[in-house]
Amino acid sequence: MLIKLTGGTVYDPASGIDGLQRDIFIQNGRIVDAPTDGKPVDKEYDLRGKVVMSGAIDMHTHIGGGKGNIARTLLPEDHRMDPVARTPITRSGNGHAMPSTYVAGYRYAEMGYTACFEPAVLPINARQAHMEMGDTPIVDKGGYVMLGSDDFLLRMMTANKDQKAINDYVAWTLNAAKGIGIKVVNAGGINAFKFNQRKLDLDEQNTHYDVTPRQILKTLATAVKELGITHPLHVHGCNLGVPGNIETTLNTIQGVDGLPMHLTHIQFHSYGTEGDFKFSSGAAQIAEAINNNPNITTDVGQIMFGQTVTASGDSMRQHANHKYASPNKWVCMDIECDAGCGLVPFKYRDQNFVNALQWAIGLEIFLLVNDPWRIFLTTDHPNGAPFTSYPHLIRLLMDRSFRNDMLATIHPEAQKMTTLASIEREYSLNEIAIMTRAGAARIIGLKDRGALSAGNWADITVYTENTDRQAMFTKPDYVFKDGELVVQDGQVVKVTWGTTHIVKPDYDLSIEKDLKPYFDKYLTMKLGNFKISDDEITEDGRGSLTTHPLRGVA
Amino acid sequence: MTEITEVPSPFCGIGTDDLSIQIDGVKIKVNANGCDINTPAFEESITDTSPRVAGQIVSLDVAVNQAATLLRNTQQPVISGCATDVNGMRALLALADKTGAVVDNINFNTARRNILAMQDSGWMNTTLAEIKNRCDVLLIVGTDLEGFAPRFFERYLWNQEAMFVSDTGSREVIYLGKAPSGNASTSPNGHQATIFPCADADLPDVLAVLAALIRKHPIHVQSVAGIQVTDLQTIADKLSAASYGVICWGAAALAFDHAELTVQVICNIVKDINDQGKRCSGFPLGGKEGDQTANQVCGWTTGYPARVNFARGYPEYDPFLYDSQAMLNNGEADALIWVQAFNINSKPPKTDLPTIAIGRSGMTFDNEPDVFIPIGTPGIDHPGHAYRLDNVVAIRLKKLRDSGLPSTSEVLHAIEQAL
Repeated sequence: MLIKLTGGTVYDPASGIDGLQRDIFIQNGRIVDAPTDGKPVDKEYDLRGKVVMSGAIDMHTHIGGGKGNIARTLLPEDHRMDPVARTPITRSGNGHAMPSTYVAGYRYAEMGYTACFEPAVLPINARQAHMEMGDTPIVDKGGYVMLGSDDFLLRMMTANKDQKAINDYVAWTLNAAKGIGIKVVNAGGINAFKFNQRKLDLDEQNTHYDVTPRQILKTLATAVKELGITHPLHVHGCNLGVPGNIETTLNTIQGVDGLPMHLTHIQFHSYGTEGDFKFSSGAAQIAEAINNNPNITTDVGQIMFGQTVTASGDSMRQHANHKYASPNKWVCMDIECDAGCGLVPFKYRDQNFVNALQWAIGLEIFLLVNDPWRIFLTTDHPNGAPFTSYPHLIRLLMDRSFRNDMLATIHPEAQKMTTLASIEREYSLNEIAIMTRAGAARIIGLKDRGALSAGNWADITVYTENTDRQAMFTKPDYVFKDGELVVQDGQVVKVTWGTTHIVKPDYDLSIEKDLKPYFDKYLTMKLGNFKISDDEITEDGRGSLTTHPLRGVA
Repeated sequence: MTEITEVPSPFCGIGTDDLSIQIDGVKIKVNANGCDINTPAFEESITDTSPRVAGQIVSLDVAVNQAATLLRNTQQPVISGCATDVNGMRALLALADKTGAVVDNINFNTARRNILAMQDSGWMNTTLAEIKNRCDVLLIVGTDLEGFAPRFFERYLWNQEAMFVSDTGSREVIYLGKAPSGNASTSPNGHQATIFPCADADLPDVLAVLAALIRKHPIHVQSVAGIQVTDLQTIADKLSAASYGVICWGAAALAFDHAELTVQVICNIVKDINDQGKRCSGFPLGGKEGDQTANQVCGWTTGYPARVNFARGYPEYDPFLYDSQAMLNNGEADALIWVQAFNINSKPPKTDLPTIAIGRSGMTFDNEPDVFIPIGTPGIDHPGHAYRLDNVVAIRLKKLRDSGLPSTSEVLHAIEQAL
């Protein structure tokens, strides 16, 4: 079937198209050139006056894996407020802070998103992450595999194993857990917590291992680079949420020797200690450091006011924050000599000085980082806010008067501590398209996604131009996933199943000579039973795997 | 005859995956690393391979269509048992969504003791590999751990080498409440567990005193339920001094009213020790007959653990109201689907309602159900996934033989499609 999208105003930064009227043709799920052989169009959509972008990509959202399911179980009261009934084509479920998987897939698609990436896949919990993502309809998915607090890596580093051996281990784990990138959470900190260390600075040693967070970051960033993994090391820094952590973050940026590094939910790592409340914005310095270091990319982890639940692998920092749990219940876990997790429900309040300033800090960073190809739109769902708040966030970025109206309502002391009111920048539609599409596809390393030129998969979102950007981005007119119309007028009209994006870096199989006895002696599963096979993803007839090329490989 | 090694078990809950199993046609023999729970469960023979409707052998298609017919005009069917693998639960929840059914896991009333505590105040827990490598003091509350999982001590405590415990044989094991049924808790070098027995029903009092001692509150009595307060002080001191203390309990064994409050006291002891600057973790037992699997899959599909009602068109959770046995007793249901892929002795509750039994081949009935469809067992007859007791680890179950028996998922999906 040949589909024609006629006359829409196209924003396709990957092709350098910034708001030009273009026709788009779709055949067999992909975008094709205009037919020259007179082949008739089977279905035409008149998009004159509409805005056309590729499907949005959330490069950091907690949609799959054990901690999310603990968060769901912990908060029945949050689900009860947001029941989602079954329809003839969709399953029932529940929403709000940590929605059920089906609801998450529908709601992402209904906002024009066509791909989501889970940033904290513990290798030992990767099966669960894939099973949950396998039950998340319509959108494509993928995960970043967490390393850095696993005892095997820290033993290797303590034993001064060479970088090549570590690369083999990283590649082996990535293959076994089926991810597209490598994530590190509070490098070594989750491990140190098990030895009862309660904080771990960038250059502080683990009491058991002769290793510091800085060394872990460098080692893993080097592995990612040498293995040719496109997505830079995805780093959740040390000292999340701690006033004064800006120093750690600036040191982290300087400390990786120019290696590619993605600093995630940077808002939570940009705090100073100035002012009466010893809590201040470090946004300007952080933004300057990012602007000056082209090896660094970031996503913001914007907070929004209201109830949510924080869900993180960072058991050390989550435990430290449990006294702020609202409602007052929380879960921490140590997990399998691999990592850990912590779940702390949280209610961000606009009349709370710290929360109000956190909100402003996130926006400052968005607006002060110059290059939209290196900063991505996230709330670190659900940590800063549920992903359903993205349209509101886009309006805050695109509409200065709206932003300043909102600013005028927050805690007055926080208003005094932010430069937000003086920042004139408003994001353009093209910049939004970069941040949520073209840039995201590029930084993750997705081939044939995030662009509207011929050859790309036809993941396309169509909006009605509206000066109220929140309204515009809440309810797309059409969403096409792999060329199929899945959403019309903001409602799912067809349920499809996206693919799982992975990379498969090469490794020397001899790494298993070290791993097998380690598994036998210390872990609780046989090495052969640990590795996830392809059929585990595909045997239900819905799932599929898409392997992306490594750097330097065609 | 073939031998398959490194076979994972869905039966014991602790994820043993080192069984060697001999296959002779459809006959199974556990050659190595069996136990009192896994060996009989694996070696159970296949009897029925054909479905029955009203006691008469029929084809699978006929049985599936009859099941759909029975369900078609129901207002409040209940699906109970829910003892199966991940794909079985996926199909079960899809069927429940379509029919507006209640989904109720077989072990929910015992798991509820944990779930209520967790949903009220949370917890700090750990997993098996952390215990294996870090635990230096293990306090077992109200539970015969080796009766629950015969190989627990061998695999996770008396392992020859641990990364962070120099001499695993010197780990301290303390029982509070139930005494152990055997000697598995005696370390290979003869170090014996300390046992402070009391009646199950006295555990709330005993734990209240232990919790108070941890918080350094003054205690004015000398003993509680026959246990000296000085002994409880010793336990408190050992937990507080441990590098990595673990408190283990089995909710199923805490068979007294409002045991969820006792679970909460245990969880709060763990939290208090961590707030006092030491590490300690909780470790709830469970994971049998797919209970952890049911709660996990129901968790991500509905947002709630496995006692939900889809009657309104969306899932509602109530840990008491949707107790399937109570609904049957009170006349609140109009059809029963029993799903039990693991245990032939776990049979549908007695009821006059239309009953569809999706059960492991070998299941026999006092009252023949309207429809019986014998199914294969995950990890024997078909591949699958099951959750261990520690919640985060899903194990990949293997297919060991060609029995021709359908999976839970295939049968429930077929019924859903036939509706």
